Amino acid sequence: MQREKLVLVGNGMAGVRTLEELLKLMPEKFDITVFGDEPCGNYNRILLSPVLTGEKTIDQIMLNDERWYRENRITLHKGRKVTRIDRLRRQVLAEEGTAAEYDRLILALGSEPFVLPVPGAGLPGVISFRNIHDVDLMIEATRQFRNAVVIGGGLLGLEAAHGLMARGMQVTVVHLLDTLMERQLDKPAAELLRNSLELRGLKFLLGKETAAILGEKRVKGLRFKDGAEIAADLVVMAAGIRPNIALARSAGIYCERGIVVNDTMQTYDPRIYAVGECAEHRRQTYGLVAPLFEQAKVCANQLAQFGFASYKGSVTSTKLKVTGIDLFSAGNYLGDADSDELIFKDAAQGVYKKLVIANNRIKGAVLYGDTIDGTWYFQLMRDATDISAIRDNLLFGKAHVGSAGHGAAAGRIAQAPDDTEVCGCNGVCKGEIVRAITANNLFTLDQVRAHTKASASCGSCTGLVEELMASTLGSGYSETPRKKPLCACTDFNHEEVRVAIVANALKSIPEVRRFLDWRTPDGCHACRPAINYYLLCAWPDEYQDDVQSRFINERIHANIQKDGTYSVVPRIFGGITTAAQLRAIADAADKFKVPTVKITGGQRIDLLGVKKEDLPGIWGELGKAGFISGHAYGKALRTVKTCVGSEWCRFGTQDSTTMGIRLEEMSWGSWMPHKFKMAVSGCPRNCAEATIKDFGVVAVESGWELHIGGNGGVKVRATDLLCKVTTEAEVLEYCAAFLQLYREEARYLERTAPWIERIGLAYIKGRIVEDRRDRKALAERFMESQKHMQIDPWAGLTNNPDRRAFIPIKPVRMSPDEATVEA
Amino acid sequence: MTWLEIGSIEEIPRLGSRVIKTPAGDIAVFRDARDEVYALEDRCPHKGGPLSQGIVFDRRVACPLHNWIIDLESGMATGADHGCARGYPVRVIAGSVHVNI
Ligand code: SRM
Ligand SMILES: Cc1cc2nc3c(=O)[nH]c(=O)nc-3n(C[C@H](O)[C@H](O)[C@H](O)COP(=O)(O)OP(=O)(O)OC[C@H]3O[C@@H](n4cnc5c(N)ncnc54)[C@H](O)[C@@H]3O)c2cc1C
Ligand code: SF4
Ligand code: FES
Repeated sequence: MQREKLVLVGNGMAGVRTLEELLKLMPEKFDITVFGDEPCGNYNRILLSPVLTGEKTIDQIMLNDERWYRENRITLHKGRKVTRIDRLRRQVLAEEGTAAEYDRLILALGSEPFVLPVPGAGLPGVISFRNIHDVDLMIEATRQFRNAVVIGGGLLGLEAAHGLMARGMQVTVVHLLDTLMERQLDKPAAELLRNSLELRGLKFLLGKETAAILGEKRVKGLRFKDGAEIAADLVVMAAGIRPNIALARSAGIYCERGIVVNDTMQTYDPRIYAVGECAEHRRQTYGLVAPLFEQAKVCANQLAQFGFASYKGSVTSTKLKVTGIDLFSAGNYLGDADSDELIFKDAAQGVYKKLVIANNRIKGAVLYGDTIDGTWYFQLMRDATDISAIRDNLLFGKAHVGSAGHGAAAGRIAQAPDDTEVCGCNGVCKGEIVRAITANNLFTLDQVRAHTKASASCGSCTGLVEELMASTLGSGYSETPRKKPLCACTDFNHEEVRVAIVANALKSIPEVRRFLDWRTPDGCHACRPAINYYLLCAWPDEYQDDVQSRFINERIHANIQKDGTYSVVPRIFGGITTAAQLRAIADAADKFKVPTVKITGGQRIDLLGVKKEDLPGIWGELGKAGFISGHAYGKALRTVKTCVGSEWCRFGTQDSTTMGIRLEEMSWGSWMPHKFKMAVSGCPRNCAEATIKDFGVVAVESGWELHIGGNGGVKVRATDLLCKVTTEAEVLEYCAAFLQLYREEARYLERTAPWIERIGLAYIKGRIVEDRRDRKALAERFMESQKHMQIDPWAGLTNNPDRRAFIPIKPVRMSPDEATVEA
Repeated sequence: MTWLEIGSIEEIPRLGSRVIKTPAGDIAVFRDARDEVYALEDRCPHKGGPLSQGIVFDRRVACPLHNWIIDLESGMATGADHGCARGYPVRVIAGSVHVNI
């Protein structure tokens, strides 16, 4: 097949990232040619600041050297500026006559520094801060001159000023407005910033408008509108950037502030794409790398003709890369008439935090002096997490929000000593993680997991590990936390996968992987069980469960123990049993020589230490006495604990035991995102501990209180009250509706407690209590699905003649030498 | 050196595993998505978990006890973990699997 021709103009961060993404998807589709007017490969522009201060060298910030282009068979025309696009002939033309034809063209031209239109702006010694050449000029100047003036008190200007000062110059920052970084900071934060920069020796002239740059052969000084003058041997203009659109405009491509693109990153000429700072999407241009990388991904997806990714705009956050200054800003940090502000200020310590809240969601944040929670706030903001439950402590940070159960590590992990255990499962300490991050340049959670194992098991310390990453990487680089992908095989998150399954009627795991363009051929142990569940939930009547994508426990319907034997827990509805049933369990235990019989914490009986090959046998025995599987091993309904209730108890107000049995009869067998536990107590003394269950029912004189989202495990959480109802039928209906909502919307391996904290109680009430029709529809879907789920897996496996999965293979033949085998 | 013929490849589920009991101990025989077959001792180098019970993907298996990821070809633990499960040569002749013990 003839390859198509792809040309990229603009050898910078957005353009080359697009090529990298494309090469991952379809390395063979295009012959690629790149034009760049800088004289080198692609480098990390944002690290020019540390190069200026001397903390990094140019070599250390190269992202793609020339070998990379060669290895990927990309023709690179470096130091060539493209001057014309001929859309009729589908050609780009560069200076010195180089030309290239294209089938598809990517424009990634970046921005141009804005140069103030004042007399003298063209004098030698007046430079911008955009590329390696500018940095060279600045470093050169620091060797000969003493006085520098930076025009512009924004991010770029301050980084330039800091760098020049670090190299020994006297630096004055001139800014038109009277607060610094007004596009990221509110007044109080800007004041703190100015104070600490002044303490370091920077000078500021705020509220000053430059009228002219003075000098004849070289810059000598500046004059302001008010007539004042200041001496300068170097002037850095950092007064803003302008998307680079001249080339596109001259080719007749529609531009406003930037080159206008749609959600697939196409310009008005569909063969031509634009990404990066030069592009304008939904009236927005961006000047940070995180959004550009998102655009690059979408553009590559489109170029590879997968065609499903689309760009919806980005929420951005910023940090200032000045060593020792911690500053974080995101979203609508100023707030408006509809928002509230949470503010903490301790000027003596130099700490200021502000969160802008509307509708119980974080809309913006400014943090100064203590930014450790920046990524967390940003994640809450991007996920639109309902924060009403944690609002009281929100400002104090993640460490102060419901970390019961984390012991020592719950303190501020950044300040904890190195031997603080962070991951209890794998015994990994803080020091180990920090060392791994710095020694191996780890940037993502997955990398840290792979290197240290921290948070790779139960995952409850994930937040701590993320905090450590944030504090260790610190001001190094502010890559936006992306939406968390489902696992390392994909960039899509749980929600996107679920939506894709339903919207595109995907009906098998390979189909999902193909459609969503998985990076691995058969997925992994993390994504396969999740997708299997999502398919099962979406298509209860059709989907053929994929046994090999289930954890061993769910594959063979028993809990694996540390010695490789299994436990058997028969279902005991509502915890009510009979002497005959107990006898049958005892007989089964005898017959199969069960070493341990235990009463569990969930009011059931556990037969521990059963050999795999004996499982079908013991199930058969139990089945004869009427037992079915208790799903003690599954992401499924576990137990419904009950108390004795009004039948016997002198305080009982309702028959809690019967209610428990009804609930268990209704919901056993259903597969869920995670395990699901219920309890019913007969009065508010709550002997069945209903208020730490996923769904808890507490009887009162006038009816039943329904509680949701409790958890007694790693992190204790008491339930939220959902509502009160009067009849048994209502309890069952509300329960079924809640179960189904959880099944349809929670992420795989997310228990109800974290799920509710993420989406908010109000949302659940809205769907189950306030909207009667929605509740009924949910409950109906649950009951419909139960028709296909309530099949006892033990009976199925006992009666299935193919018990191969349970028994070792017997060799058919043993041959001591080659000849007999070949024969 | 003895070749054990353990029967048709179909006895082993795709992306799954079966165990053979041998004088040398339990051996887990895995089959990947491309019908390649591998044999490792059925003992995780971490705490002895039965690898045959793990989830198989690519050329790897995730141990059912604590999720160490073991490379099926070499028996080596991957990522930050260190250890090795002994491997045994395998060959498939006319659809029949032989393991060398
Ligand atoms: C058997 C039992 C302990 C006992 O002897 O009493 C038990 C045993 C296990 N629990 Fe549990 N839990 C048992 C009651 C509980 C309870 C109490 C309860 O249900 O009333 C809790 C706290 C309540 C809760 O879940 O909110 C509990 C919280 C956990 C957790 C933490 C869950 C969490 O969300 O934080 C885990 C880990 C997990 O699921 O990832 C866990 C996991 C386990 C596992 C499955 C560990 C594993 O993956 O192998 C243990 C399986 C042993 C086995 O083979 O049976 N077990 N576990 C209890 C079985 C009850 C039953 O009849 O089904
Ligand atoms: C000093 C500095 C610090 C920064 N710090 C941060 C930070 O901390 N965090 C952050 O998110 N962002 C930061 N940024 C912004 C970030 O670097 C840019 O948003 C990003 O580089 C833009 O990528 P791009 O591909 O759109 O443009 P560029 O990276 O500028 O690439 C465009 C390329 O196209 C070339 N080009 C233009 N026209 C033509 C033509 N006609 N022919 C051939 N080649 C052409 C240009 O020379 C350039 O090489 C910083 C920027 C600077 C300058
Ligand atoms: S608390 Fe639960 S998971 Fe921990 S050892 Fe006991 S049974 Fe096992
Ligand atoms: S025994 Fe295999 S991971 Fe622990």
